[in-house]
Amino acid sequence: MSKNTLYDKVWDSHTVARLDSGQDQIFIGLHLIHEVTTPQAFGMLKEIGAGVAFPGRTMGTVDHIIPTLSQIRPYEDEQAEKMMAALEQNVNEFGVRFLHLDSGKQGIVHVIGPELGLSQPGMTIACGDSHTSTHGAMGSLGFGIGTTEVGHVLATQTLALNRLKVKRIEVTGALGPGVTPKDVTLRVIHDLGIKGGLGFAYEYGGDVFDAMSMEGRMTVCNMSIEGGARIGYVNPDQTTFDYLEGREFSPEGEAWERGLAYWRDIASGDDAEYDDVYEIAGESIEPMVTWGINPGHSVGISQPLPEVNSFSGEDRNTAEHGYEFMALNPGESILGTKVDVAFLGSCTNSRISDLREGAQLINGNKVHPGVRMLVVPGSQQVKQQAEEEGLHEIFTEAGAEWREAGCSMCLGMNPDKLVGAERSISTSNRNFIGRQGSPRGRTHLGSPAVVVSSAIAGCIADPREMGEQA
Amino acid sequence: MSTKRIEKIVGKAIPMPRDDIDTDRITPARFLKSITFEGIEKALFCDERENTPDHPVDNPAHKGANMMFVGKNFGSGSSREHAPQALKRFGIEVLVGVSFAEIFAGNCFAIGVPLGVASADDVNELIRQAQEEPETRFNVDIRNSTVSFGDRVIPIEIQETRKAAFLAGTWDMLTNLRSNLPQVEEVAQHLPYVTNFENDAQ
Ligand code: SF4
Repeated sequence: MSKNTLYDKVWDSHTVARLDSGQDQIFIGLHLIHEVTTPQAFGMLKEIGAGVAFPGRTMGTVDHIIPTLSQIRPYEDEQAEKMMAALEQNVNEFGVRFLHLDSGKQGIVHVIGPELGLSQPGMTIACGDSHTSTHGAMGSLGFGIGTTEVGHVLATQTLALNRLKVKRIEVTGALGPGVTPKDVTLRVIHDLGIKGGLGFAYEYGGDVFDAMSMEGRMTVCNMSIEGGARIGYVNPDQTTFDYLEGREFSPEGEAWERGLAYWRDIASGDDAEYDDVYEIAGESIEPMVTWGINPGHSVGISQPLPEVNSFSGEDRNTAEHGYEFMALNPGESILGTKVDVAFLGSCTNSRISDLREGAQLINGNKVHPGVRMLVVPGSQQVKQQAEEEGLHEIFTEAGAEWREAGCSMCLGMNPDKLVGAERSISTSNRNFIGRQGSPRGRTHLGSPAVVVSSAIAGCIADPREMGEQA
Repeated sequence: MSTKRIEKIVGKAIPMPRDDIDTDRITPARFLKSITFEGIEKALFCDERENTPDHPVDNPAHKGANMMFVGKNFGSGSSREHAPQALKRFGIEVLVGVSFAEIFAGNCFAIGVPLGVASADDVNELIRQAQEEPETRFNVDIRNSTVSFGDRVIPIEIQETRKAAFLAGTWDMLTNLRSNLPQVEEVAQHLPYVTNFENDAQ
């Protein structure tokens, strides 16, 4: 059993009771809500005549359904309009804070939590969305939950949870040029498998994480769940504190000092014990791209696609299905695979650093005429910042579309969708069949650098070779 | 909200042999836009069903089934509760499979749908039986952790704590959580960030 890790410390200090189910009742420090997983949960409160237990620890926004071409109401999509109206009605009725579209602060929940300083180290954070693991980058525990559990948090500010084991993922050394946090997380999932994290929280550490930006840590923690780990976190350090300082909901003055003391204290101790440790040499990580139908189906961009018989048992069937669905063959190179759509966005890679990275690479180049490229900032603040820096002009001059903040083409719940059997290269986190809105649509996941280099080339391309082509 | 004891489920089964069936396939994302779960059963596997004329869910031989036999890692991907809700509202009262994704399993528990885990060989036998003799009545016994048909008895694993809750009828967690509200306040008071570090806590 793990000992004295951040996970253990936060768990213990947030335990309310031991339940008959054998689970622990855990206090939730921050509850982020959005339009998709809440209407039924509020309905549940009404049914039992309960209120929101800690409205001051709850924050709402909209992200999944909003169109990114124009946010002007009412939406063309009646169902989307209905969901928006239901959320507005509920937050009013229950007295919950809400970052609406005119606030200038709306965005994808997992982007705005850290950006506003709402997500802080040593907190438990819950949201009705599986990528809540993102907030672990702040040194908090982020729980992705279902609608019934959203109801539990609304009514009691607690969850019934099973304690997880803790696996330390240590990435040593340094990343090579053109290799990004997205490649680190795809590599972890590649090595440990999409089920490797079941029952575990991942603690990410080592030189590579020590040197990584907060945005990069968010990218990695975001995808923990794709490896089966409900929780992923990085211990808070000076990078974390520098990021937090001066944000809207960060403490100030003396309170800031008290905050620092608490945050330093909550990090895993030097004597921390883990249930398991996995080590990767940073130098061995290449830019990664997925070729199949789950995030574990990935390959180093210069490597041949894996043979089907390198998969065992049932995984082999899934790999075969993946090759068939994606119209690719083992042994081939993924480089040169034609793409129709390039998507830079989603809670994995839509922060200002992602957009800067993309803009720098695309500057002076053109999106290939056969490719439709969407650049979608993760929040209104990211969008504003990017526009102040002129990034939007770099993208539009290159022929990409510059959109309003939202989840966009990460999933088919808003007008941004793949059409027919279109193939996309995408910075999002899921390449499941149908994920991007077309049952036949084909998704390849990669870093912002891979998405941009592929958008320019019209086919999957290695960002490390871009300089040579230009 | 009163909950009910769940001890035994008897009926026909729908066989779903593939592995890694994720929640996007169980209920495609576009159905998440509804604001109630009412009617969500229509979304169950709807994209696959459209492209697969003999999909098990549509096979008239399986009509009226109240359980489903599935492969490995069923319910992976998105945390959407629409997936278990669609299954439940379609009439599925229990699933038996090789393994289940964690969030999906938690969501099933929360709405009172037991999951049984059996070996790949045993699950294949169940799937074959349901395919070849769809009229077979299967008996899932929660207390004894078995699924049986004819003379055949197959052991299944049901997570102990969940099993106890199904048998005692205490699986509705909200009632349990609410009974501890005073302790919740107490824990909150000891967490310095709850006041945004304005007071010296502890
Ligand atoms: S960007 Fe995608 S993964 Fe992230 S919250 Fe939105 S839909 Fe979910």
